[in-house]
Amino acid sequence: MNKTVNQKAWFLVLPVFILVAFSAVIPLMTVVNYSVQDTFGNNIFTWVGLEWFEEIIHSERMHDALGRQFLFTSIIMAIEMPLGIFIALHMPKKGFWASVCLVLISLPLLVPWNVVGTIWQIFGRSDIGLLGHTLTSMGIDYNYSQDILSAWSTIIVMDVWHWTSLVVLLSYAGLQSIPSAYYQAAKIDQASRWSVFRYIELPKMRGVLLIAALLRFMDSFMIYTEPFVLTGGGPGNSTTFLSIDLVNMALGQFDLGPASAYSIMYFLVILLVSWVFFTVMTNIDKGGKA
Amino acid sequence: MARITLSNLAHSYMENPKSKEDYALQKMSHVWEDGEAYALLGPSGCGKSTLLNIISGILVPSEGEILFDDQVVTHTNTVDRNIAQVFQFPVVYDTMSVRDNLAFPLKNRGADPEYIKKRVLAIAKSINVEHYLDKKAEGLSADAKQKISLGRGMVREDVNAILLDEPLTVIDPQVKMKLRAELKALHKKLGHTMIFVTHDQTEALTFADKVVLMNEGNVVQIGSPEELFEEPANTFVGYFIGSPGMNFFDIELSGNNAKIQDDNIDLNFTYKQLTGHIELGIRPEYISLCEEGKGLKITITRIEDVGIHKIVRAQYKNQDISIIVPEDVKITKTMTNMSFYKDHIIIYHNSWLVKGEKT
Repeated sequence: MNKTVNQKAWFLVLPVFILVAFSAVIPLMTVVNYSVQDTFGNNIFTWVGLEWFEEIIHSERMHDALGRQFLFTSIIMAIEMPLGIFIALHMPKKGFWASVCLVLISLPLLVPWNVVGTIWQIFGRSDIGLLGHTLTSMGIDYNYSQDILSAWSTIIVMDVWHWTSLVVLLSYAGLQSIPSAYYQAAKIDQASRWSVFRYIELPKMRGVLLIAALLRFMDSFMIYTEPFVLTGGGPGNSTTFLSIDLVNMALGQFDLGPASAYSIMYFLVILLVSWVFFTVMTNIDKGGKA
Repeated sequence: MARITLSNLAHSYMENPKSKEDYALQKMSHVWEDGEAYALLGPSGCGKSTLLNIISGILVPSEGEILFDDQVVTHTNTVDRNIAQVFQFPVVYDTMSVRDNLAFPLKNRGADPEYIKKRVLAIAKSINVEHYLDKKAEGLSADAKQKISLGRGMVREDVNAILLDEPLTVIDPQVKMKLRAELKALHKKLGHTMIFVTHDQTEALTFADKVVLMNEGNVVQIGSPEELFEEPANTFVGYFIGSPGMNFFDIELSGNNAKIQDDNIDLNFTYKQLTGHIELGIRPEYISLCEEGKGLKITITRIEDVGIHKIVRAQYKNQDISIIVPEDVKITKTMTNMSFYKDHIIIYHNSWLVKGEKT
């Protein structure tokens, strides 16, 4: 078969080019631009090379925020992934109650981030909040604006409440696509409930779980609004995650240069971890096929 | 291994079936012998899957009993019936190796590890997978996976029956032939009772000792492939088995004379006087083309050469008929008539076979 050569076809991808340029490349490039310059106002910029990057890499502030960020992401993923799978396994497979469950499960996903933060902020208050008041009257020392442990546990519970649904929905979809013959065969082979999960359900859910894990990693790593509304990064700096720290630097202190360098490194860390994640997970996938 | 007895078995998916049409499976009683290979054959919706599900224990029949040997198992669940099932598409445990797949049913039943090892190896040899026992099941081809599903069924020596639900559907045509032959050889070697559901007559006829032909919830005929071909018990069997199916002519029958429209045919047998719808059936293989002056006048409309023989489509007084002509016979313009091999003419009364007496 002869292939026709038509260079004009390149024009067809032009709209996408323009769109991507305006939505991603150009904004990113302005950040790159700021990150290698310094200014003392009046729109006068001077070239500083990689100085900001060096400063940020060695700054304790970024190290701490990064550490908190990894801790937070690991904790919520360690809770949300198994919990989501567990709930999906126990949801009705069909009928009226399946729909009811799906709607109820999806509800938290529809609540805007800042509203989630506000809900939990009020919910956790010891004077008028149901959670805060109950805990306090039980004699537990709970105060998310003063106590580090209270602040962390509230943020984690809030994130689990908000996002476990995503894992549930994806796992549920994965489970629904397993043909009934597999369960029947397992029954005939007298497989235990655990074996059914280990050898049928888990392998069949692998694809959707990979997506769920990636999404949860990326989203939780970029978390901003909810902790900002709830604790504002406090008490002290104890819940200042990367993006909160970054916003403080860029808009609070107006250190555009370091903040830009920070942004770029933040972006690269997410990119790198996501890539490692994806490669490892797909390799496990392929490992099965070898 | 067990003999399977269906005793007055009937099934309806409705709660209160009233008329005959409400039943997916009409009342039937049959005994299926131990160690034989049965094929359940029939068009879609004929009830063969319903029957299979009743045998495997997924469905409880609304009427009648099912027995394995002398034991009533009508209400026994799938696991306790001790049967194995191979499904339409391969069901393997993806993340396990082939060896673990085969060992799985034995391990779950707590068999002795030494025995498992030996048994798995023996089964692997008979299904020809011993050279990739340690590979993961996931990456294998569809036919290899299907062999493993089959092997998982046979690994237990004491299974009462192996049920195969259209197991070759997803297999490539070339491999299908091979796998079918292997299946048959396996059955000979291991002697399990096998029930093979299919809508493909070639599959049924090549695999089975006995073909159970079903239509509209009834078992129309149980017989060897040869019986189904040579002596279809019902016009449906004649039509369904064979490619193309049997030709039927409405006739008036008196003694040993059949009158097809204006033509008369002398039969080898004499029949009692029958009232009702009487048909003469003859397979395309048993009609030959001949010159004018003999047999019945026809008009040839089309000739299909399928390599091993030619299928002649013709019209006899506005009725379509098919004739199979051997490849080496040359069809000439003067061949305008057909004649029947009289030994192979079969008479049907209200769709069911009737036998005459030798004249």
